[in-house]
Amino acid sequence: MTRSSKAYIVGAYEHPTRKADDKSLAQLHAEVAKGALEDAGLTKDDVDGYFCAGDVAGWDARGAGPFSIIDYMGLSLRYLDTTESWGSAYVVHVAHAMEAIAAGKCKVALITLAGRPRAEGMATGTVAAAESLTAAETQFEHPYAPTVALLYGMCAMRHMHQYGTTSAQLAWIKVAASHHAQHNPHAMLREVVTVEDVLASPMIADPLHRLDCCVISDGGGALVVAAPEVAKSLKRPLVRVVGTGYAPKHQRGGKIDLTYSGAVWSGPAAFAEAGVTPADIKYASIYDSFTITVLMTLEDLGFCAKGDGGKFVADGNLISGVGKLPFNTDGGGLCNNHPSNRGGMTKVIEAVRQLRGEAHPKVQVPNCDLALAHGTGGALGSRHGSATLILERE
Amino acid sequence: MAERTIHAPHANPETTAYWAAANERKLLFKRCQACGQAHFYPRALCPFCFSERTEWQESSGQGTVYSFSVMRRAAAPYVLSYVTLAEGPTMMTNLVDCDPDAVRIGQRVRVVFKASDSGQLVPMFTPDRT
Repeated sequence: MTRSSKAYIVGAYEHPTRKADDKSLAQLHAEVAKGALEDAGLTKDDVDGYFCAGDVAGWDARGAGPFSIIDYMGLSLRYLDTTESWGSAYVVHVAHAMEAIAAGKCKVALITLAGRPRAEGMATGTVAAAESLTAAETQFEHPYAPTVALLYGMCAMRHMHQYGTTSAQLAWIKVAASHHAQHNPHAMLREVVTVEDVLASPMIADPLHRLDCCVISDGGGALVVAAPEVAKSLKRPLVRVVGTGYAPKHQRGGKIDLTYSGAVWSGPAAFAEAGVTPADIKYASIYDSFTITVLMTLEDLGFCAKGDGGKFVADGNLISGVGKLPFNTDGGGLCNNHPSNRGGMTKVIEAVRQLRGEAHPKVQVPNCDLALAHGTGGALGSRHGSATLILERE
Repeated sequence: MAERTIHAPHANPETTAYWAAANERKLLFKRCQACGQAHFYPRALCPFCFSERTEWQESSGQGTVYSFSVMRRAAAPYVLSYVTLAEGPTMMTNLVDCDPDAVRIGQRVRVVFKASDSGQLVPMFTPDRT
């Protein structure tokens, strides 16, 4: 293997809570940080780089931003990255951590995500987000109440119109996730569902049914990315970062095309850097805010031709041990959790578990040496960022 | 069926002409005098060539449905849509005064104006039956 090994993921931790009534947001961040460091065999004092996004406690406080949580956790840093890209941020952070480590800016990078939208009773997805007074598009969108579910629904509607994709095909994505979630004791939804169950669930935003939508959960996760010499001094299996890609997509001045995502750019960049092709990937974590997110992302990453996503996901093809491309073996956002309404972190964590051979035995992919994790942050139907990561077991 | 409250847009110095025109039941968009391309939402600088020579033009108000979705989890279900204007750009909007179950991609629609909670009129679209 001649692939790059500038940095390794040495620690990964997913918080077991799904409803954190008894915990503060800062506490959740610190708990996941501690969990990932313990997983790596490192301590807080080893951390010299920290990466966070808009979910950190104190982000909304003027003059505080990331400093509040750094103060709370008592971190001593020589590198800080606060790249905000919503749900895809943590996938981007792994890439940025690798670059910072390669540039000698830090050696042990900590990335955290946490949130408690469920404890706060947040109506996510079906109510329009708070109005921005400075975003230029707000006045041309907010009056129309574009909820997140509607923005993804419009993508699904167009995909169906253009390519003949069906609700039953989309439902197979949820079915596969539920097959995996039955083995995850922390998953919010552990019941195996059928295509018929998905189609019979209430319509939320046409053509997306309730079971086409991810869960709303509290919790979080953390990752530790380290320099090669640090990684090799630890006792954990070596998981290295071999390919990264990131690209935002927007409305292009009104030349709107809802049939693809930013993954058409982030995917090829990551595959080129890694020197591999989609056919080489043994396991894929694909952000699954909605079933349509998965279907479009798989096409855009090149796992199948554009428009063939419906056929690709059908008949259990995403179920571990059954189909060609095992995906989201923790149950994903559709069944397991979606902490802070940001799914990128848990996508990377499950990919690390698979590469270490630490996924649940019922869903562990045999000889899983190459995995992909993909995050989508923002709204597929308006503006979003797409981040792709390719990881390899050494 | 209960009517959804339309939250008033907050105009800024870049967009006062757009909202003033809407109150006269005119839908404006911008066309760049340098590269010739129309864009939406309207900007002072062309998003295609960055020229500052962007000019307000009035749309015919005719368009077709590019995509849509229906919010079923609202007190009054409503239709969000992207409508492609006859002049080219596609804009976010609502489809109103129609049966949500009868909306189809490709359907011809025309602009109508609905009052928001401040009284400011907001452009929306309805099936064009002419």
